Amino acid sequence: MARAASVDMRTRMQELLPKIVLAPSFALVLLFVYGFIAFTIYLSFTDSRMLPSYGWEGWTNYSKLFRIREWDTAITNLAIFASLYIVICTIIGLMLAIFLDQKIRGEGLLRPIFLYPMALSFIVTGTAWKWFLDPGIGIENTMHLWGWESFEFGWIKDRNMAIYTIVIAAVWQSSGFVMAMFLAGLRGIDNEILKAAQMDGASNWQLYRRIIIPLLRPAFLSAFVILSHLAIKSYDLVIALTGGGPGNATAVPATFMYSYTFTRNQMGIGAASAVIMLMTIAAIMVPYLYAELREKK
Amino acid sequence: MSVASQDNAASVGRVGRTFVYLTLLLFALFYLLPFFIMLVNSLKPLGEITGGNMIALPQDWTIAPWLSAWSTAQIGVEPTGLKPYFWNSIRMVVPAVVICTMIGALNGYVLTKWRFRGDTIVFGLMLFSCFIPFQIVLIPMARILGILEISGTTAGLVLVHVVYGIGFATLYYRNYYAAFPTELVRAAQIDGAGFFQIFYRILLPSSGPITVVCVIWLFTNIWNDFLFGASFASGDAAPMTVALNNLVNSSTGVREYNVHFAGAILAALPTLLVYIVAGRFFVRGLMAGSVKG
Amino acid sequence: MTIKNTLKASVAVLALSSAAAHAEGVEVLHWWTSGGEAAALNVLKGDLEGQGIDWTDMPVAGGGGSDAMTVLRARVTAGDPPTAVQMLGFAIQDWAAEGALADLNGLAAEQKWDDVVPAALQNFSKHDGSWVSAPVNVHSTNWVWANSAIMAELDLEQPGSWDEFVAAMEAAQAAGYVALAHGGQAWQEATVFDSIAMGVGGPEFYQAAFVDLDPEALGGAQMVEAFQRMETLRGFVDDNFSGRDWNLASAMVVNGEALFQIMGDWAKGEFVNAGQTAGEEFQCFRVPGSEGTVTFNSDQFAMFNVTDTAAMDAQVTMASSVMSPSFQVAFNTVKGSVPARTDISDAEFDACGKLGMAQLADAAASGGLFGSMAHGHANPPAVQNAMYDVITAHFNGEYDAETAAAEMVTAVELAQ
Repeated sequence: MARAASVDMRTRMQELLPKIVLAPSFALVLLFVYGFIAFTIYLSFTDSRMLPSYGWEGWTNYSKLFRIREWDTAITNLAIFASLYIVICTIIGLMLAIFLDQKIRGEGLLRPIFLYPMALSFIVTGTAWKWFLDPGIGIENTMHLWGWESFEFGWIKDRNMAIYTIVIAAVWQSSGFVMAMFLAGLRGIDNEILKAAQMDGASNWQLYRRIIIPLLRPAFLSAFVILSHLAIKSYDLVIALTGGGPGNATAVPATFMYSYTFTRNQMGIGAASAVIMLMTIAAIMVPYLYAELREKK
Repeated sequence: MSVASQDNAASVGRVGRTFVYLTLLLFALFYLLPFFIMLVNSLKPLGEITGGNMIALPQDWTIAPWLSAWSTAQIGVEPTGLKPYFWNSIRMVVPAVVICTMIGALNGYVLTKWRFRGDTIVFGLMLFSCFIPFQIVLIPMARILGILEISGTTAGLVLVHVVYGIGFATLYYRNYYAAFPTELVRAAQIDGAGFFQIFYRILLPSSGPITVVCVIWLFTNIWNDFLFGASFASGDAAPMTVALNNLVNSSTGVREYNVHFAGAILAALPTLLVYIVAGRFFVRGLMAGSVKG
Repeated sequence: MTIKNTLKASVAVLALSSAAAHAEGVEVLHWWTSGGEAAALNVLKGDLEGQGIDWTDMPVAGGGGSDAMTVLRARVTAGDPPTAVQMLGFAIQDWAAEGALADLNGLAAEQKWDDVVPAALQNFSKHDGSWVSAPVNVHSTNWVWANSAIMAELDLEQPGSWDEFVAAMEAAQAAGYVALAHGGQAWQEATVFDSIAMGVGGPEFYQAAFVDLDPEALGGAQMVEAFQRMETLRGFVDDNFSGRDWNLASAMVVNGEALFQIMGDWAKGEFVNAGQTAGEEFQCFRVPGSEGTVTFNSDQFAMFNVTDTAAMDAQVTMASSVMSPSFQVAFNTVKGSVPARTDISDAEFDACGKLGMAQLADAAASGGLFGSMAHGHANPPAVQNAMYDVITAHFNGEYDAETAAAEMVTAVELAQ
């Protein structure tokens, strides 16, 4: 009897153990992510300025937020930046991965070169980029010195074009990482499928378009998640490269939020902008997560 | 190892291959350029930088900026260089990465091999945590660190990084273990192996590739973080990025760009090293799991 | 279980190794990390250590102190404020209103701070009649820095009026120089605008528009004229100004590429570091139109509430050292600013420093001493940044002068 009881205990223990192991991290996430999100939502309805305060103000912060011109600029910029950044990174990443997969000599050397920008913080690479893009001292000046007098590249000083220089630097930073994801995807494709297709006389181009690229769907999705998360969080990049200028031409929601919460002492408006940002993220991510997770059942 | 490459190498032809190599080289140049600018200017005396072409090679080569950035540059009141902060960063990154990777591995194991009702919702909730903008975390996090009495310490910073690293770590391991044959786990169970035994003996030994991916990702993110480092551990416990920022963003006074660039490269060395050494396993690790969905 | 224990153990180990930050001493949060500033601050540190008080340094540079203010909020929220914090203008009043600052009245009465610190500064250092912070310096922001060689070459005198100022810049431009060295960052544009607005409307307008935030002044004819003058200045900067750091703009004057720069007195350090001497290779004079007035910002050490008596004693000693004439001279000769007390000899200062000290005393006596809008000493940060938005958008060509003045009214209304 005693033995049976202890076996029973052990089985029950074994059943509970996985949940016990998972519980601490789940609790941490509930508190530090969802608790804080709830707190931010609450703050967005209060009169908080320098520190959190709890005077209820209703929708005032939201109505103010949408009357601030810089917020429009920030939203528009994020739309331009995120879509270009995601599309260009994906195209470049995919192209480099396909090219690198052609039995390239020196792949071992090229791969870390493509990947390393991800390892650097923008606190100072930002300065290097700023110089490089600056017409007075960077690429434009160098081209002039080399004799190409008519060369012009002053986007960073032009308030209509400056946002595109941010795209360039951001693509520089993460396209190599995307390349690695696609390369992994390519190398994971089953040889048999390709052999069969080639037997059927598919051309190289058809092979990629009809078979390989569709097979990379999981890699596309992972790249999309990582890139969209990086795009929305871009802060260091903008601060280091343009500081949000010329004027406010390159403000994005992340810089807006920081500025209102911490520099301008309008924490309520900062929280409101954070809530809008979170809702945008949720609108994109929740359907994706739903589709991904349901499929696995 | 896609077959397309093998069998089509001939048919793509010489023109095609030249094009492929040219494109790859061109992109390599594009990726290297900013690093080149940083490196070249870190080896020049300051006068050459402010007076001249930023892309030109140094006329007077000097390593003085590197020595200065490492041991004598002004970070605060004392001219300590980046040296002491380097160790702060190590003391923060190593425990954070180790703890976070372990938690991620166990979570991934539970979520794939010991499934229970609602496990996908739990996972979905954890995954969404990757997307929280860090700016909104600062104030409430400061309060909690204060209550735990670990504000302003490396321990507090480790806790913060662990919390916000769990999402990605769990994602990586979950996707990796999902592809691991569940039959092996069941068989071991029938043989009487317990929860932890199965993990240590069966899953862990084959987790090398995904661990590389997870460690690289966490290491880079935590090492390069500035916002949390500045807010929760400034002063003596400040990590490297905070010190680098003090070096680079001083408000008034002469800006020693050569020292800044040398400092930036020094601050990035550990992550660069991780990428170069582990880069080969990185693609292999990604291939083994996380992008296979 | 294992994880939890490991977590606990490593947290405990780490806590042991780094928690011993608060002994008998002061913990000082500041953003003075450049060589000259740190050297100046070291004077204070040495002074305190001589009196047996440890200095725990907590430097957070970046964003003109805004990163440091973020860190401060995290520390106060955690219930662990630093002893003393470098602070500017309205931030001091905001923290005092939260009840977070200590009372320095005992020391202030003993050392008669009320008599030696200009009243305009006291507005920031005192809250509800109590001293809460110790001012370190007064930076004045309405200076023009000029290259003497170019002035001599073009046969120019120091301009005494806006028209002469414009004429001098036209001459420089015609001779192929950059007339006005400028860095296109919001705060630099606001710094220029500050002096220009003072020049157009004088003290009454400045008070009405920037301090009282009177919509009629904000959207009025004088505001429009100030913006028109900004457009004139826009014609004198080079094409490549956007995003340039202020010190690189100073370097243009130092190197003889540009004739003038409008910038606060911290710019002097760039000239001095390049081996130049005030009154010889370079000159300083007030922005034409704003003579007789001084717009200022002042770095102060705000003292936070600390609980144990040893820490309070250390705090009072630090405040006393900050206000001591020897520190004020040692610090300000290095920093380019002038002392925060008016009873100090100017013997140690250079020509521009002497001029600055005399003009500060005069302006304080005649009511021409105003906190600078561009540097957070005229209105709270929300309003200040809202003004930045309009000024920088106008300077970058987004608005014309009339629209800018109208936007000024809306932006300020939204920020309140």
